[in-house]
Amino acid sequence: MTERYVYMDHSATTAVDRSVLEAMLPYFSEEFGNPNSLHIWGRKARKAVNEAREKVAALVGADASEIIFTGGGSEADNLAIKGAAFARRDKGRHVITTAIEHHAVIDAFHWLEDQGFEVTVLPVDERAMVGISDLESAIRPDTILVSMMYANNEVGTFQPVAEAARICNDRGIIFHVDGVQAAGHIPFNVRDMGIDMLTMSAHKMYGPKGVGGLYIRKGVKIQPIVHGGGQERGLRSGTENTAGIVGFGAAADLASMRFTDGSIEEEVRLRDLLIDSVTSSIEDAYLTGHRTERLPFHASFCIGSLEGESMLLRLDAAGIGASSGSACTSGSLEPSYVLLAMGITHELAHGSLRFSLGKDTTREDIVYVAENLKKIVADLRALSPLWKNRG
Amino acid sequence: MYTEKVMELFMNPKNAGRMEDPDGVGEVGNPRCGDIMKIYIKVKDERIVDISFETFGCASAIASSSMVTEMVKGLTLDEALAISNKDVVNALGGLPPQKIHCSLLAEEGIQAAIEDYRAKRKAGVEAKA
Repeated sequence: MTERYVYMDHSATTAVDRSVLEAMLPYFSEEFGNPNSLHIWGRKARKAVNEAREKVAALVGADASEIIFTGGGSEADNLAIKGAAFARRDKGRHVITTAIEHHAVIDAFHWLEDQGFEVTVLPVDERAMVGISDLESAIRPDTILVSMMYANNEVGTFQPVAEAARICNDRGIIFHVDGVQAAGHIPFNVRDMGIDMLTMSAHKMYGPKGVGGLYIRKGVKIQPIVHGGGQERGLRSGTENTAGIVGFGAAADLASMRFTDGSIEEEVRLRDLLIDSVTSSIEDAYLTGHRTERLPFHASFCIGSLEGESMLLRLDAAGIGASSGSACTSGSLEPSYVLLAMGITHELAHGSLRFSLGKDTTREDIVYVAENLKKIVADLRALSPLWKNRG
Repeated sequence: MYTEKVMELFMNPKNAGRMEDPDGVGEVGNPRCGDIMKIYIKVKDERIVDISFETFGCASAIASSSMVTEMVKGLTLDEALAISNKDVVNALGGLPPQKIHCSLLAEEGIQAAIEDYRAKRKAGVEAKA
């Protein structure tokens, strides 16, 4: 039907980069050894896992001994949150998170609540940012853990993680950051920022699915949630996913390279071009999240008088892959809790759209998306009883 | 997730748009839930001679609107009232379970338009008497 395909859903997942795939391939059939074996097959696999650990650590300024590999970002979030809460439950039972976290964090906190912990959920402002004073006033003498995402997946806004880290560091509270959307996309240093634990995911940065990483600052004690053979310093038992971990290492290398060759700056230019095109050429179209304090590849909107799923399917028919936080795409009747937490009305939240650019996105892609979206919005508004400005 | 028929009507809906001087208008759903369906009808001798819709909602809501307007066009009002949401779902070749409410809106939209027409007519007759 369409001659052009433009994938703009990199917040959902990215394609494994060719260099990453090449790095992984030998570790399926040739170098298939179990990294825990003493023989040559095992030693080769162990060496590959160790090298990957160095690369992932270097991406965020950590030491290799501080990185634990997991089966993905969700598992790393669960390990960090449940692991830290249980390791410190004798010191206190109060834990803090925010209203706009990913479900992997929110649902882990709900589970902690079931286990007798007390949870405080911090509100956000209209741009999806947590207020530092809200964090300060939520902290109690028995607070043991704070978890805050680096950048939001739906609206792209950065949280004030450095300030939050300082506050937690000063009070001896463990500070976890879900960095799934941010890691590999913006340079930062966990040590300088005072982050105690950081979640990362390979498939959000041109690596394979099914591999995550958790940075745990030296000295921070957590309980494992998977028990067994004692791999990953006893914090994540199970034979290492060697090929996947090698892929994560290669993806981390690629990301580090993109920090220095101007790629991120170009991504920001293209993102801003899309934001400006959409908000200036489409009436009643609003950027969601912060205008500047946002992920370099992330542009999200609410389009008035329209519903997200209908726009997504029309975009899909034009060869464009995007996503939405509308009720119809989530399978519930409620639109995105993130947009509602920002104070956006139900009606407008139903019309949410997210375009997340990738390293191969071009200026032509942006123009193609903006032009098609404009047409699709006009076509669907001609059907919408809510759209008043018809002429 | 959607049948070919649903996608076909969603991409090229029939009877779409506002109608000038309708004899009856029915509006169901609410924007908070993300679905509004507005049905316009023209009636002659107790028969729906023209119909159109405006819908704010997902693909299945738009396809259900298009389908139900095609189904009732030319029917008498009583025949149109007998069309159920199940008939709409069947004509679409099925809808995912969480989208059945869209077909219900289609059924209710037709009913609301006919009720509006009958109420106006009754009021008109009483005004003349």
